[in-house]
Amino acid sequence: MSFFKSITTKPWERKGVIGGLEPEGAFESANEKVALSIFLVVASVVFSLFTVGYFLRMELPDWRPLSEPSQLWFNTGLLIASSLLFQWAKNITRKADGKNLKLAFFGGGVLAILFIAGQLMTWESLQNAGYFLTSNPANAFYYLMTGLHAAHLLGGLWVWSKSSIRLLSGEDAAELKLSVELCTLYWHFLLIVWFILFALLSNT
Amino acid sequence: MAYVPLADSDNVTEMHHPHSFVEKYVWSQDHKVIAIQYGGLAVFTGVVGLVLSLLFRLQLGFPETATFIDPSFYYQAVTMHGMIMVVYLLTALFLGGFGNYMIPLMCGARDMVFPFLNMLSVWVFLVSVIILMASFFVSGGPTGGGWTLYPPQTNLAGTPGHDMGIVLMLISLAVFIVAATMGGLNYVVTVLQYRCRGLTMMRLPLTVWGIFVATLLALFAFPALLVSAIMMLFDILLGTSFFMPAIIESGTPLDHNGGSPILFQHLFWFFGHPEVYIVALPAFGLVSDVLSVHARKNIFGYRMMVWAIIAIGGLSFIVWAHHMYVSGMHPYFGFFFATTTLIIAVPTALKVYNWILTLWEGDIRLNAPMYFAIGFIFTFIHGGITGLFLGNVVIDLPLSDSYFVVAHFHMVMGVSPVLVVFAAIYHWYPLVTGRMFNEGMAKLHFWCTFLGTYAIYLPMHYLGFLGVPRRYYALGTTDFIPASAQDLNTTITVAALFVGAAQLLFFINIIWSLRSGPKAEPNPWGAASLEWQTPDTPPIHGNWGASLPTVYRWAYDYSVPGADKDFISQDTPENSEPGKDS
Repeated sequence: MSFFKSITTKPWERKGVIGGLEPEGAFESANEKVALSIFLVVASVVFSLFTVGYFLRMELPDWRPLSEPSQLWFNTGLLIASSLLFQWAKNITRKADGKNLKLAFFGGGVLAILFIAGQLMTWESLQNAGYFLTSNPANAFYYLMTGLHAAHLLGGLWVWSKSSIRLLSGEDAAELKLSVELCTLYWHFLLIVWFILFALLSNT
Repeated sequence: MAYVPLADSDNVTEMHHPHSFVEKYVWSQDHKVIAIQYGGLAVFTGVVGLVLSLLFRLQLGFPETATFIDPSFYYQAVTMHGMIMVVYLLTALFLGGFGNYMIPLMCGARDMVFPFLNMLSVWVFLVSVIILMASFFVSGGPTGGGWTLYPPQTNLAGTPGHDMGIVLMLISLAVFIVAATMGGLNYVVTVLQYRCRGLTMMRLPLTVWGIFVATLLALFAFPALLVSAIMMLFDILLGTSFFMPAIIESGTPLDHNGGSPILFQHLFWFFGHPEVYIVALPAFGLVSDVLSVHARKNIFGYRMMVWAIIAIGGLSFIVWAHHMYVSGMHPYFGFFFATTTLIIAVPTALKVYNWILTLWEGDIRLNAPMYFAIGFIFTFIHGGITGLFLGNVVIDLPLSDSYFVVAHFHMVMGVSPVLVVFAAIYHWYPLVTGRMFNEGMAKLHFWCTFLGTYAIYLPMHYLGFLGVPRRYYALGTTDFIPASAQDLNTTITVAALFVGAAQLLFFINIIWSLRSGPKAEPNPWGAASLEWQTPDTPPIHGNWGASLPTVYRWAYDYSVPGADKDFISQDTPENSEPGKDS
């Protein structure tokens, strides 16, 4: 039943069981996936509000845009590759044999770790070039937003490491299907967020 | 339609069964125990907030009598009172307390979807309370910048708690938001996914609807507070200038430059206004159910009530700048927010009409919960109407930052939700504890609280009209405030002390009745909704015995013509109703 249809029914008129023999959730997906989807909306609100703050603060006269290190392009490539490997891992869990799952899943995580290391290197090069956190609000926003994005990725890596331990302890692909799927969804989300942040930081 | 119940129609995954006292009552994953933990902790902080308010009222009513209340302590007490009451008492109590207890029971589920996350939520909430309370013990004490924490004032020397106090407050809020998000995901997913067989969204009691939409508001509004807390912590600890403008502190120019305090205000109120409805919507839901049960009538206009909850929830995100009319905004901007503010009054008024029409020709039982529920209608109309005054820019400007505002928001989001809290605690007390409370004492508690709060807040409206500013430690002498304003202030303080003391009636009643109250029947009020239909009272771990309930009707079948009893519970099959053939 569509949402609109369901909220226009008159519950006092209709008696009896509505629906099938089993309790029905509003969504067919696993509960964990529903929860993660809602969390992604919450995280989007956080990033959006920072972006709004960025635009409003940018209008003020003391704003001096920084020149983003070219290394960000390389880091972006790492994150894209990481996301692609997760997608590959997800596709593998749908097949019976589960071949290459470890390669894809571990590879995705390791590339994400390299991405975070790459982001830290940009911080260092900016510091060396004199772009300190407190010297300009543009710098502060750069550190804050890249840091926040990396922090989200670290949260994802924590879940990834738990699933990795399960994978190493010999659980097969079918049992890990949901974990891999959720990691993949989360990674894609953070990739999109990174695209937006990167575009925002380099064009302003 | 004939239906044979399936004993194993239980799709709930394996439950975590406690094995020891500690697992059962401390590290519990049972939503009911977590609800009590959440509620108990919230009420504890609420009592701290209440005591703080009595202390600063002492200063206002009897200036310079209580010598230990210096201006710094006064501002700290005012600030902490506000933040504690709004966030740590009401938000935590409605979502963490009532949400946890009611959602699984009213949805016919065994527990929340993620019990471990639920447990984590309450312990993280405890951490946030500990951090908050720690600020009373650090050097400089808690922040005294007002509950809105506006920079730059909050962060500058001269404001009490400008060093450690504000830092701890912001960290505590950030931790609270983590706890609220963990809990909130649970409540939302449970309502969406764990409803028992036959329980459609439009068969849910309004309590669940109110908590559900309020939780969504919390999930999407708290990020604004988180963002402002992070940026402000950067400003204070790392020396950035997100919000801090170029400013001179005690003759010394600070390193900050060019920050925008108004940006903080926008972010704060983008959280702050939905926060009002995070508190109000669960109260709307709970009071609807209490009114309907004790009036032995279905709630009037159920669909309208649901739509109003959704509409209020949506609109609450586009009214925030009505808190900022005096910040120097563009007139069209103010016009827009005044308009949305008046529009949000429409679904709100609709709910008030429906509560009154629920009482109309009802078979009203004037039990103690009903006293509080009807009292709520009075205080809410009162506080709501003054909100219409303040929502208009031209009326708000002269009244802004006066006691009129204090009176308005205390009536509408202080007294009103608290009356609902009492109504709900008395109403569900027999379910939660298996005992009845002392009815006479509860009614005495109602009259003291209801009349007492009017004695506090009604005169405040007059003070506001006189131009008495809020937040001031002492009035001093002015041309426009007559000396008699002090008499009114003294009266208010006496009433506040009386109301504060009267809350002992509540605590004595519920603690005493826990052991010595008469045993409650399983469904003493004759309620139709699912939470009262559990096999055991109070419900045990897992709630529902061998199999989950099946729902055949909505939650409001009261006084159905031709029925044997004056209510038909939600799990009564349709063919047991006379005159109906399935």
